Amino acid sequence: MSRQWIGQLNRWAPYALTPLVVVAALPAIGPGPWVTLTVAGLTMGVMLFMVASGLTLIFGLMDVLNFAHAAFVAVGAYIAVTVLQPLAGWTNELSMTLNLAALLVALVAAAAASGALGFVFERVVIRQVYGAPLRQILITIGALTVIEQLVIAIWGPQALPLPKPVMLRGSVFIGSSSIETYRLFALCVGLAVALAMHLFLTRTRLGLVVRAGVEDREMIQALGYHIRRVFIGVFMAGTALAGMGGMMWAQYQAVVGSQIGDSMTILVFIILIIGGLGSVGGCFIGAILVGLTSNYVGFLAPKLALGSNILLMALILLWQPRGLFPITEHH
Amino acid sequence: MTNADDTLLRLDGVFTNIGRYRILHGVSLAARRGRVTMLLGRNGAGKTTTLRTIMGLWKARLGKIIFDGQPITALDTPHIARLGIAYVPENMGIFGKLTVRENMLLATGRRGFDPQHLERALESFPALKMKWESPAGSLSGGQKQMLAIGRAIIEQRRLLLIDEPTKGLSPAMVDQLVEALLRLKREHTTILLVEQNFRVAEAVGDDVAVMDEGHTIHTGDMMALGANHGLQHRLLGLSMADSV
Amino acid sequence: MAAQINETLETAAGGELAGAALGTTVSASPTTRRSGSWLSWIVSDDPPGRALLNVTLLVLLAVLLFAPFLFPGTKALGVASRICIFVILVASYDLMLGFTGIVSFAHTMFFGIGAYGVAIMLAKGWVGWSAVLLGAVAGAVVSMLIAAVIGLLSLRLRTIFFSMITLAVASFAQIVAEQWRNLTGGEDGLTFSVPAILKPGFRLFPDPVMGVMINGRVITYYITFGVSLVLFLIMLRIVNSPFGLVLRAIRENEFRVEAMGYRVVAYRTWVCIISAVMASLAGGLMALVLGYNGPDATLSFSLMIDILLMIVIGGMGTLYGAIVGSIIVVLAEYYLQNALNAMSGATSGMPLMSALLHPDRWLLWLGILFVLIVTFLPQGVVGRLRGRR
Repeated sequence: MSRQWIGQLNRWAPYALTPLVVVAALPAIGPGPWVTLTVAGLTMGVMLFMVASGLTLIFGLMDVLNFAHAAFVAVGAYIAVTVLQPLAGWTNELSMTLNLAALLVALVAAAAASGALGFVFERVVIRQVYGAPLRQILITIGALTVIEQLVIAIWGPQALPLPKPVMLRGSVFIGSSSIETYRLFALCVGLAVALAMHLFLTRTRLGLVVRAGVEDREMIQALGYHIRRVFIGVFMAGTALAGMGGMMWAQYQAVVGSQIGDSMTILVFIILIIGGLGSVGGCFIGAILVGLTSNYVGFLAPKLALGSNILLMALILLWQPRGLFPITEHH
Repeated sequence: MTNADDTLLRLDGVFTNIGRYRILHGVSLAARRGRVTMLLGRNGAGKTTTLRTIMGLWKARLGKIIFDGQPITALDTPHIARLGIAYVPENMGIFGKLTVRENMLLATGRRGFDPQHLERALESFPALKMKWESPAGSLSGGQKQMLAIGRAIIEQRRLLLIDEPTKGLSPAMVDQLVEALLRLKREHTTILLVEQNFRVAEAVGDDVAVMDEGHTIHTGDMMALGANHGLQHRLLGLSMADSV
Repeated sequence: MAAQINETLETAAGGELAGAALGTTVSASPTTRRSGSWLSWIVSDDPPGRALLNVTLLVLLAVLLFAPFLFPGTKALGVASRICIFVILVASYDLMLGFTGIVSFAHTMFFGIGAYGVAIMLAKGWVGWSAVLLGAVAGAVVSMLIAAVIGLLSLRLRTIFFSMITLAVASFAQIVAEQWRNLTGGEDGLTFSVPAILKPGFRLFPDPVMGVMINGRVITYYITFGVSLVLFLIMLRIVNSPFGLVLRAIRENEFRVEAMGYRVVAYRTWVCIISAVMASLAGGLMALVLGYNGPDATLSFSLMIDILLMIVIGGMGTLYGAIVGSIIVVLAEYYLQNALNAMSGATSGMPLMSALLHPDRWLLWLGILFVLIVTFLPQGVVGRLRGRR
């Protein structure tokens, strides 16, 4: 009887982790700031999810770890800057519709640019290194350096401003807590993307094929599916998502530097490790956890903030050495 | 032995390497249409490698594989599968995180389940109906095997490659499995079946090919082999013939 | 057992595994032992190999040996010191990457630990050589402990998972160094006084020797050069020992080695430890040379990229590749910028071209070179000259 209980506990514990953290933080922080920080954490989480989800899916399906993922984040952010400059007319109007329209255009442009670059990248770089983890690591790190330097060459070494549209500046007040408006916007976009991904993976045949392919690439081919053709689609989707995440992140910080991808990389890796390589659901939970941890710890003990996520990762690994929701043995 | 038109699948002098290791050196066998051909041999004889080579998961270095008159040696796995060959590997190839329904769905075409085909596939394996929406990973070993085979037969296939389906199953499950195989046999499905369990081989097999050390050492009639204990001992060693 | 290991190396691994390595085959060098001249003994019967390579390396060795006299001036000496230190840093990394197939991003962490060991000792007021040695040993011990943990982890985790974790660990070390002001000086780092004999003002001889004043800097250089040479020869001996043979076999086919009865995890852990200690000692040297240590000097990720550049360009799994790679990359860092400057000026009419050729973009060109080499010359310069495919 008790063994069954423990089994059940083990199954549900990973899901319970996030709510636990949220609830535990309340007494430590106090209700006022808690609301602000929780929203901030959730927002950061979904933005990180956008960037990380592509990477985990690419790894799960194709066994490729793209160390150059950060480059796509940067490209998305910089493209957004370029696209939003002529649209300043829309972003400066006191009209939510125009503001949102401008952001939508920028999001699409960022996604398209990163996706297109991803297409080229997969054909030119990744194709050569399937099944060779060492070469993958080396070549993608090299490509990361090259792309980042190209970005600096094209857009210049200074950080560029990426202002929020007029209507999304400032904060709203809920009770005694203030929440930045842009955060709410980013939260909505992030959740929408997560929902779309979920629906795609669970309700469509292609999504089913992708999920099966992540578990067992040989078997899905033995069932007649040309999984290699799916690779490039998944890769592009992953890089497009990274570009979108990059744009939102940059706009949230109001500034874009060439290192924008790099600062995210370590967090993205931590999320992948926590969530379990290949699991999109795990990635979501991992991202939320990381976002919340960053914000809660940043408030409670600022000196620990940067390292707190690494400690979180270490703790989770001690409990679940392959992450919260590992997919299969073969990785 | 056989009329050429009878042969659905033929292997001719197939050599397969894994890296620098030679696993198969000269496998030649034929599977007749509508019959069950057993592939027997000791552990490590290369039976699994043979099936994987047919399926294109490993590439034959030399030799030919001909399916219904068409050479398939150089094709990639999805193509081979689409020619109508279904593969049930030793580890069953179940997608544990997907539900039973989703596993079965993957074996259907664009239009999804055909109610009649589904009914037919499930009538041999009623347990699957009960676990329809459960994750396939939560099934027992026997049930997973049922799912693997059910998935292989839900659409009409021209050839089934099955690798040690009775491994690790309880005697009751083995009987259920043999029932299912016999049913397939009555429907004239062509099967190439790898088995360690000699009794199952005798119950189900029409023809037999025996392998040892990476090549075929005997092909012939299953019943004849079953009657010839001396030959069994020579080909398979004591452990095989005495397995019950 | 040795025969079996050799056989493993020769019938090197399954297709998947061979494909996973960087396409280098392994030379069964210990089985071609030449009879012992003392020179052979020093290089552990593993000389560079081909005539061109031998000559090149001898020339490089001579240049480094006489560097203060060939290239007078502080800057050149700094470059030469940097080269010597990087040779050790990269060669120790090659032990893991090239010989055992372990991809770790935590190498700079050990470099930093060694540097901080010496730096903290000297900055906190301890003076003299005892402080230096104590600091170096302390750094090495800490590195050893951490490396042991990392090595033990490496068995449980697959390649990519493992390398991601090392990245996280290195990140953590960097954060700790930046935040712990009291100990490490935070982002500003630690500046300290080196032992008297190493100070620039110190004069070994009152008059210049062959036109060069033998001052503290020159002495520092020769200590750096000497220690680096010794450490390099030690590593050469290690990879040519039975231990080294097993490492190479592990890289080719870990499962087979385990099946033969060797405990792979023990070998992996030991190579991580040795590698870390070497890096740590290199860090100690770096601190002495710079008279300063900070996160940017020894812990940054760009340093890790430099190491990767050097090892890939030079050639993995050769140790000598570390020498060639370090020299190429360090020289490129210093002098490529000048070259780019000239080219950038010449193309000022074409803004994009000019931007691409801007001296600050030297990393772009080095990165392109890196990608090209990984793709077309995966065995690196030394590997190629040695005639491997």
